[in-house]
Amino acid sequence: MDKTIACLADAVTDIHDDAVLMIGGFGGSGAPIELIHALIDRFRATGSPKNLTVVNNNAGNGGIGIAAMIRAGMVRKIICSYPRTSQPESFTSKYLSGEIELELVPQGTLSERIRAAGAGIPAFFTPTSYGTELSEGKQIQEFDGKPYVMERWLKADFAFVKAELGDPHGNLTYRLAARNFNPSMCMAAKTTIAQVTRTVPLGGIDPEQVITPGIFVNGVVEVPNPRQEEDRVRAGEVY
Amino acid sequence: MGWQKLTNAQIAWRAAQDIEDGAYVNLGIGFPEMVAKFQPEGRDVIYHSENGILGFGEAPPEGEEDWDLINAGKKAVTLNPGASIFHHTDSFAMVRGGHLDVAILGAYQVAQNGDLANWRIGTKGIPAVGGAMDLVHGAGRVAVVTDHVTKDGKPKLVESCSFPLTGVGCVTRVYSSLAVVDIEAGRFVLREKLARISMDELQSLTGAPLHLDGNVGDLVTPDLS
Repeated sequence: MDKTIACLADAVTDIHDDAVLMIGGFGGSGAPIELIHALIDRFRATGSPKNLTVVNNNAGNGGIGIAAMIRAGMVRKIICSYPRTSQPESFTSKYLSGEIELELVPQGTLSERIRAAGAGIPAFFTPTSYGTELSEGKQIQEFDGKPYVMERWLKADFAFVKAELGDPHGNLTYRLAARNFNPSMCMAAKTTIAQVTRTVPLGGIDPEQVITPGIFVNGVVEVPNPRQEEDRVRAGEVY
Repeated sequence: MGWQKLTNAQIAWRAAQDIEDGAYVNLGIGFPEMVAKFQPEGRDVIYHSENGILGFGEAPPEGEEDWDLINAGKKAVTLNPGASIFHHTDSFAMVRGGHLDVAILGAYQVAQNGDLANWRIGTKGIPAVGGAMDLVHGAGRVAVVTDHVTKDGKPKLVESCSFPLTGVGCVTRVYSSLAVVDIEAGRFVLREKLARISMDELQSLTGAPLHLDGNVGDLVTPDLS
């Protein structure tokens, strides 16, 4: 078994039009910027993939990463908790002109919906959003005298994640708080592609230190010196 | 009026005095983050960040930021000894699962039954909720730090919220610029107020009745300016 992929371009070839694509990260930490940019390169060269639904905590910052996908016109819908960042213009302008759809989900509910999909749980009840506009139209049920809102799992066709170490079986570790949504997204997508800062041989990760077991990962591509979104946005880069 | 309202720093200081040794605490983005600065000495308090950190510390010096180590407000932080890192879903399990002792949040409005409005003011613009609706559920105490009135003088402690709700019946205590108010059995109970503000004046700046239950203490803080 060898899940390693030779280059970024090869890692993104399967993403198809109309796909639901989960993208890990919280802000720039854990954001697979290089994978995203490889997908944008493919779109620019071929016109595909388009009409994507992107799942992320945010809706892009500045002009790189998800913001660049939105600018390129590949994204039809964003599912996120917080579509505001220090530089949200890429999303904001498309949203206000009606070119992009938004599904707003409370952050913990977003994360749990993703986990539920990965765990084979079609729905669950949460106290979050009860009595607010975000629970309108959803089933409410009482448990032990308290009301809860039914939320559905959130599945994806693909997930892009960023990890620190990856091995040929797809076992992953993460750096610091770059873990965030990545482990749950790995579980929830039919196909998960991880960009890793370093690939190591089998046995190169202590089994006790594996955070995402390889069963949740389909492809591993090495990006040895990933650049942080924050640095690139501050430098005014636009992809 | 012979009184001066508390500054945000003073409100944060007052809220910090009630955080007990050994508490696990989430501070909302913005003003509530200031509470950490005033943690009384000798207390070991562990701060939770929604993106998967327990035990984060102060911001690193400028130029030494590691952008893989940020808090929920996307500001660079450091780790204190004994910190731990985990993924988002576990992080919100800590929130909703009742594992946090205290959450301290900002507010546009708090109603006398504990309803909180703190995520959007109207229906215009881009809606963004983040973790606000999750954080109001599960913590042992959900406290609010806020000015007592809006910039144009309207009460923020109200009979019922006119802004979109973040959560229903969730707030347990309000630390305002004029008073400390508990929410008990669907009503505001005044615990402390600035010594120089009269009951009548405080009530006139509050959008629902302030009830008394025993002594009202003086709200006293250091100068901090």
